[in-house]
Amino acid sequence: MKKRNYKGWLYLLPAILFLGVFMVYPLIDVFIYSFEEGYNSASQTYYGTGLYNYSYVLHDTYFLQAVKNTFILVIITVPLSTLLSLLISMAVSSIKALKNLFQTVYFLPYVTNTLAVGLVFMILFKKTAYTDGLINLMLAWFGKGPVDFIDGPYWAKMFVLCFYTIWVVMPFKVLILTGALASVDKNYYNAARVDGTSRFRTFIRITLPMISPTVFYLVITGFIGAFKAYSDAVALFGTDLNAAGMNTIVGYVYDMLYGNGGGYPSYASAAAIILFVIVLTITCINLLVSSSKKRI
Amino acid sequence: MKIILKNITKTFPSRSRRVHTPVTAVDHFSFEIPDGQLIGLLGPSGCGKSTTLNMICGLETPTEGQIFFGDQDVTSLPPENRGVGMVFQNYALYPHLTVLQNILFPLQNLKGKNKLSKQEMLNRAQEAARLVQIQELMDRKPGELSGGQQQRVAIARALVKMPHVLLLDEPLSNLDARLRLQTREEIRKIQKATKITTVFVTHDQEEAMSISDCIVVMKDGLVQQTGKPQQVYDDPCNLFVARFLGTPQINVFKGFSKDGGIYLNDQKILSAKNLPDQELYIGIRPEGFILREDGPLSCQLSGIEVMGRDISVVSTHPACENQAIRSIISAENKVDLSSSVVHFALKPGKVFLFDRATDARIPADLA
Amino acid sequence: MKNQIDYIKIKASARRRRRFSQICLYTLLSIWGLIVLFPFYWMLLTSVKNYNSYNSEHIPAFFTLSPTLQNYKDAFTSVPLARYLGNTLFFTIVTTGIMMIVITLAAFAFARLSFPGKNLMFTLFLSLMMIPNELVIITNFVTITNLDMRNTFAGLILPSITSVFYIYLLKENFQQVPDELYRAAKVDGTSDLKYLCKVMIPICKPTMVTIGVLKVIECWNSYVWPRLITDNPDYYLVSNGIQEIRENGFGRENIPAMMAAVVVISLPLILLFLVFRKKIMSGVSKGGIKG
Repeated sequence: MKKRNYKGWLYLLPAILFLGVFMVYPLIDVFIYSFEEGYNSASQTYYGTGLYNYSYVLHDTYFLQAVKNTFILVIITVPLSTLLSLLISMAVSSIKALKNLFQTVYFLPYVTNTLAVGLVFMILFKKTAYTDGLINLMLAWFGKGPVDFIDGPYWAKMFVLCFYTIWVVMPFKVLILTGALASVDKNYYNAARVDGTSRFRTFIRITLPMISPTVFYLVITGFIGAFKAYSDAVALFGTDLNAAGMNTIVGYVYDMLYGNGGGYPSYASAAAIILFVIVLTITCINLLVSSSKKRI
Repeated sequence: MKIILKNITKTFPSRSRRVHTPVTAVDHFSFEIPDGQLIGLLGPSGCGKSTTLNMICGLETPTEGQIFFGDQDVTSLPPENRGVGMVFQNYALYPHLTVLQNILFPLQNLKGKNKLSKQEMLNRAQEAARLVQIQELMDRKPGELSGGQQQRVAIARALVKMPHVLLLDEPLSNLDARLRLQTREEIRKIQKATKITTVFVTHDQEEAMSISDCIVVMKDGLVQQTGKPQQVYDDPCNLFVARFLGTPQINVFKGFSKDGGIYLNDQKILSAKNLPDQELYIGIRPEGFILREDGPLSCQLSGIEVMGRDISVVSTHPACENQAIRSIISAENKVDLSSSVVHFALKPGKVFLFDRATDARIPADLA
Repeated sequence: MKNQIDYIKIKASARRRRRFSQICLYTLLSIWGLIVLFPFYWMLLTSVKNYNSYNSEHIPAFFTLSPTLQNYKDAFTSVPLARYLGNTLFFTIVTTGIMMIVITLAAFAFARLSFPGKNLMFTLFLSLMMIPNELVIITNFVTITNLDMRNTFAGLILPSITSVFYIYLLKENFQQVPDELYRAAKVDGTSDLKYLCKVMIPICKPTMVTIGVLKVIECWNSYVWPRLITDNPDYYLVSNGIQEIRENGFGRENIPAMMAAVVVISLPLILLFLVFRKKIMSGVSKGGIKG
């Protein structure tokens, strides 16, 4: 009997090994790194412990730019993509013909390579010496001047980034919301119809409260996901995000770690921990808001 | 308000991928529901009774035929314009709203000249709540109520609009037996008090018989028989209706008629006038048996079930289609359990003859 | 009589409203469908445009009458696209394969075996689900660098092997297999491992396929880790390859060839998706996160 007791651990061993080396140890280590001042990755030495890394990161203009970019991205894309996906999944749920086709099409971006399709977006928006690009062509139909969305003004670059981010995150949200809408008992809608409830009122008073846990889940995951934005920006603006002024916090972490300005795991760790704290705070605020709403 | 169903038919496209023939849920249903009556739509599951109700409600549109409320053709009128109240099988109470909010919900939808002031709405809601006696539950959420209370809230919500027609879809199926009995009496009482034309759907024949002014028995989308409960019970038009109504079920035997006599195997049990010789199904209601030593029908006795007022004699007969014959006789009769054979005489009014091929009732003058 | 007319009016307006709202719905859905599909169309279109004619288009054309496959040839000859694809294929298959073994063993241990400390261990595993990848990637980078495994497949693969979430998903599925089967197998003297292979895995195959497919998508699209760990193009995966092509590839301006490369990279996953559509969508709705 005793022999079998330990067999379970044998089955777990590979998983524990991998998780230990690549998740648990790094998790502890990242905090240590973040307090080690002047860590040199070549000689693996450091000359002090303290909060210097944090203070350096917080005073780094690139980091502040990255924080600003990330926050703008979050504030624009999370509400917008949630609303849009709500609209679209409502529409998908209320049709019969072609429903499957639409659902399949809407899910496509989920399985595509972010970097690859980002390149297509770049070409659509980019203005070069030869051509203004397709989007500018469309703008010209409305009499608006050509704007270089990729190398041009900040707002234009931010617009493209937000647009692409929304395009990328929509499949997941539409899928989840369509599922949630399908799980609402049809009798509620029938009852509302018999009572002559308008579509809008049905949506506000019945549908929304019923699917609110799902919406809330999407908002939280949306926040977390948007705070970790990185590869979308790389896809659009290239690897040197600092030069483009479009870096994100995660991008800053990686750039500190490796790349043109890399080799500073201590700064990277400090920045990563700051990001983690921000995400944690926002998630907690979200939880608090939702639980207080429930009480009312 | 009088409701007239004229030849309504509803077909659904086939759900299965292989078979493409449409499914007919309701087949040329015609019926007139008099004003202020309570009608029970009765049938086994899948017989089209709920579809019929949904068409009256307006949630579904008939493929063919017309529906009239009074003189008005409402066939393709959306439900909100029909002035109907509906109670759904699982009640469809909005779980995030309180009982009061649930009841107010239909009133808040009213627009234009029908719009009510807050106070009026509250009064109406209170009145509906009083009718079903849930005044003290107004601030609770549906999740905190028992099944019976939820049921009443659902009825209150349907009544608060003062509908011309009240529709109930299997209103009692989610309640336990005792509550069912009590609630069905209450539904009857409320219907009598409000005089709203009411249609309700059930698969429970006892429920339908006990409270309806009139019942409609359906099978496979076709109406089998309509009429007052007692009348349908006493005079079923075919084997299905005879079997469907009544507990215990009617006892069905294979038999035949010959020379003015009704035979089970070689036992002549009754005589009939002017009946051609033919193969028959013979249905005998449980209460149609009389315990008598010299009775013409002799069965193998299996046992008795005491039910207090009555006893149920369980026996078998080779010609019987049921697993066992159940006959209800008064408890004053003494059954000799030591004997293996029991003899019955029959009450002719409780015996029905059916065609072996079509299951249709054969009218006969039995004695 | 007046009432009668009202009814007709109501009916007509209801029908009109319904038709109008149907039109609105389909218009909205089509517009979004167009937005979703247009980049795909554009990449396909551009990839078959002639290089010279593309560059002479000041105003981009929405279609081409003389499609060419030359760009695809260029994509494979002037940059090591085949190499990137091969690398990615190898990386994806090996990572997914090893991961399936590791998580199956772990899920089985959690679902069926009893051993001391199981519950504590499971709680620890679950709490690991909340750790963001960004936090641990820094140390992993240092670890792999110190182990001298940069620009090796081992360095690419090892940190990507375990997923707590998939262990959890599979464990839930394993637990749905009735206990009686396990007891029956024990009575017959079946070893645990044999039971796992002969009974559990066949029964839970649908979930395992879903997990496998989701992991393949994740691997195929992974960018951050490969970017950190490889700077030798011989070890680039497609995501890095695309970035490399974009920055130094076809002399920056050969956009049709670039698009051809993008098509080649995107196609395998789109095909995979179309084959496993239902599985992928239900798997993702159970809790997939954009990989």
